Amino acid sequence: MDTRSRLLTVAASLLLVGMFVLPIWRIDLTAPQYPEGLGMEIRINTIQGLTPYDLDRINNLNHYIGMKPIDPDVVPELSIMPWLVGSVIVGGLIVAALGSRLLLLSWAGGFAGVAAVGLADFWRWTYDYGHNLDYENAIIKVPGMTYQPPLIGTKQLLNFTASSWPAAGGWLAFAAMALVVAAVVIAWRAKPGRSRAALTALTSVA
Amino acid sequence: MSSRSRSLALGVLAAAAAGGLLYACRSTGPKPGLVAGDVASRVYVAPGQYDEYYAFLSGGFNGQVGVYGLPSGRLLKFLPVFSQHPENGWGYTEETKPMLMTSHGFIPWDDTHHPELSQTNGSPDGRWLFINGNNTPRIARIDLTTFETDEILEIPNAAGGHASPFTTPDGKYVVSATRFSVPTSGNKDVPISSYAQNFRGNLSFVTANEPGKMRIAFQIMMPGYNYDLGHAGKGPSDGWFFFTSYNSEQAYEKLEQNASKADKDYIAAVNYRNAEACVASGKAKPTPARYAHNHMDPASRVATHTMETSVTTLDPRDCPNTVFYLPTPKSPHGVDVDPTGEFIVAGGKLATVIPVHSFAKLQQAIAAKKFDKDIDGIPVLNYESIVAGEVQNPGLGPLHTEFDGKGNAYTSMFISSEVVKWKLGTWEVLDRIPVYYSVGHIMIPGGDSKQPYGKYLVAMNKITKDRYLPTGPELSQSAQLIDISGDKMKLLLDFPTIGEPHYAQALPAALIKDKQVKFHALAKSAHPHVVKAEVETGIERKGKVVRVKMAAIRSHFAPDNLEGIQLGDTVYFHVTNIEQDWDILHGFAILGAENSELILQPGETRTLKWVPKATGIFPFYCTDFCSALHQEMSGYVRVSPAGSNVPLVANISKKAATQAARAGVTPTVSQPSSAKGEGR
Repeated sequence: MDTRSRLLTVAASLLLVGMFVLPIWRIDLTAPQYPEGLGMEIRINTIQGLTPYDLDRINNLNHYIGMKPIDPDVVPELSIMPWLVGSVIVGGLIVAALGSRLLLLSWAGGFAGVAAVGLADFWRWTYDYGHNLDYENAIIKVPGMTYQPPLIGTKQLLNFTASSWPAAGGWLAFAAMALVVAAVVIAWRAKPGRSRAALTALTSVA
Repeated sequence: MSSRSRSLALGVLAAAAAGGLLYACRSTGPKPGLVAGDVASRVYVAPGQYDEYYAFLSGGFNGQVGVYGLPSGRLLKFLPVFSQHPENGWGYTEETKPMLMTSHGFIPWDDTHHPELSQTNGSPDGRWLFINGNNTPRIARIDLTTFETDEILEIPNAAGGHASPFTTPDGKYVVSATRFSVPTSGNKDVPISSYAQNFRGNLSFVTANEPGKMRIAFQIMMPGYNYDLGHAGKGPSDGWFFFTSYNSEQAYEKLEQNASKADKDYIAAVNYRNAEACVASGKAKPTPARYAHNHMDPASRVATHTMETSVTTLDPRDCPNTVFYLPTPKSPHGVDVDPTGEFIVAGGKLATVIPVHSFAKLQQAIAAKKFDKDIDGIPVLNYESIVAGEVQNPGLGPLHTEFDGKGNAYTSMFISSEVVKWKLGTWEVLDRIPVYYSVGHIMIPGGDSKQPYGKYLVAMNKITKDRYLPTGPELSQSAQLIDISGDKMKLLLDFPTIGEPHYAQALPAALIKDKQVKFHALAKSAHPHVVKAEVETGIERKGKVVRVKMAAIRSHFAPDNLEGIQLGDTVYFHVTNIEQDWDILHGFAILGAENSELILQPGETRTLKWVPKATGIFPFYCTDFCSALHQEMSGYVRVSPAGSNVPLVANISKKAATQAARAGVTPTVSQPSSAKGEGR
């Protein structure tokens, strides 16, 4: 690994530190009755409303469709996520210190894996909330209707328009990912003849 | 002057006769006051857009305050002050009843006259609105973050709290002066004919700059005239207060004639800083008095009522160089101080001119002791020595004057039903515009302050006759919005108003719009019977008193079935709206309740007292359409005979059961079983 790769690896790790203080994902809800909007954000260890009252408001509205209350205490992943992200950060710093390209590649793979699993898990939870409804007690039942918000993008859920987008912490994670890709590419370009391996590495990251 | 007033009286009669003729002939001609040109766009506030000003119009004999948007004239809210308001339970709920307590007991009505915005440095600061109750003299403070009355102070030794609650430019005091003099001390059971010796007026200075702590700093005891209106000095006249009075004749019967004999009555000019000094140096004396001070505690939103027992009174004889009388023609009503603080304009309602006093000349006259006489220790200044000028031929029945901050004054003419614009200093009439009909007060946003906003004028009229679709013998009042930004006044809009607005105040919306409270934080509620979650609800009996702690949240009450209440019980429903969301209100009403519904703001607890008068089943329901399942938001109370064995139970809501299970506790109330309690 040359100096630039090491610096990029350190930079990527430091960007991830931002995930500990900034929200990672954000879901915004607007409706005719809520022109000012409601919303929640996913942080590294919790889910919270955009205002201290939003989560209760959302849960109270969701009782009409039989959705379970959104409660960060019942999502075990929220207690694991800080350790996973922390490991990626520490791993990145170690990789930069040791300067091994193979380590870099495996670290990059690990990072990508954590990201992919995290997003898949997020999707799984939204699927669960949106589909596993308490039909016995649901007040509003629309045949065929489910209430899973999109992973990324905007969707109409009855009177609410739900928009789901990465928040600042999420964008930092994507930026870190881009830096890692750059670090890998630069590391492999630094030694000619290994472009094929670099290509393989890139493919695995993507 | 007396020949002048005779000709005035004839003029009035002639005008009335001519008015009758005109009225009879009108159907053929075009309707007066039709506006020409594209004025609609000047007052049109597009859907979703906001008005530029909040205007607060007194509700007059409805005892409330109307909040309107300007320039649209749209009614935004009626906020209750001195009168019970079944629309939201004000004065009916246990929490708000103490606000209407007085030394005469519970008084559910008053007559509101003069809204007054709190001021800092002579300009409205958007903190509070004060308003007087005229009948049972009181001053109320309205918080402009909640648009709610949160404090009411009764004024003792007073009747007709009309010259009230005008503020000092620093916001330290609001005042109240007595329109009806009454005996104030000793034996009050005296012949009415002993008016001159036993009846007194007074001028009260009330400290008003701390919420919950309104207090009468001192009352200046005055000769028994009718003190009508007041305004504080500002700039050079800062530290002075001016009150009009009429009935210097001291008539006590047939006032219509007997109080209208003198060519001049008096404006009382009070150097209140001198009065403060006299009070501080012990020249005032504490006098026994009974009067109410009521305050809404912000943490619990429960009102407390306390009776005060003493008031500090000051006799002008004990505090020389403090009160002076300014002779003023004739039976003056309004007294208004121009933005520079130099001119004191009187609305001599029976005068043929508008007299204007000069503060600088007043100072000189006092220094040179240009006194005509002395009344009970109050020097009467020489009129010619203090008058700055007189506006000649302004119209008939001048009442009130406001200012545009550009050197112009605007005076309402009750009898000739017009607003007259004239120039300060030259006293020439510049323009006049008819209003429909019989205008009382006029209001320019900030028009009584140091810096009027000077764009609009609102005329508030007593007679509406043919202005709107007729509604039987009793018609609304009317207001006209007049553009005063140009040389010529221009009528923009005519809108009906409710009650009888007397005075009004307005301020730019930006001053308070973003400070509005949206809900009350439940976590911070200190109400003794609040429930912060459904699991905290329940029912309990102590002797013949049953208390129900109930939660309201979309779209149910918890609990919604109550049994075991007996005839002879007094039931208190303590209902908390546990929503924490703006504009999500719930209501609560029960069949046969002898008071109003409750309306519950988010996070608020309100209590309805209910004494069932028959056995049976009584439904209750939400009265404020809260949600799609609002119709389902209802419940039942079962009332059994006295001594019944039906157990006292409230059912458990689904949410309460979940909350109890999560907390690992058993719910405090038990589910009534259908097998039990089938009567005695």
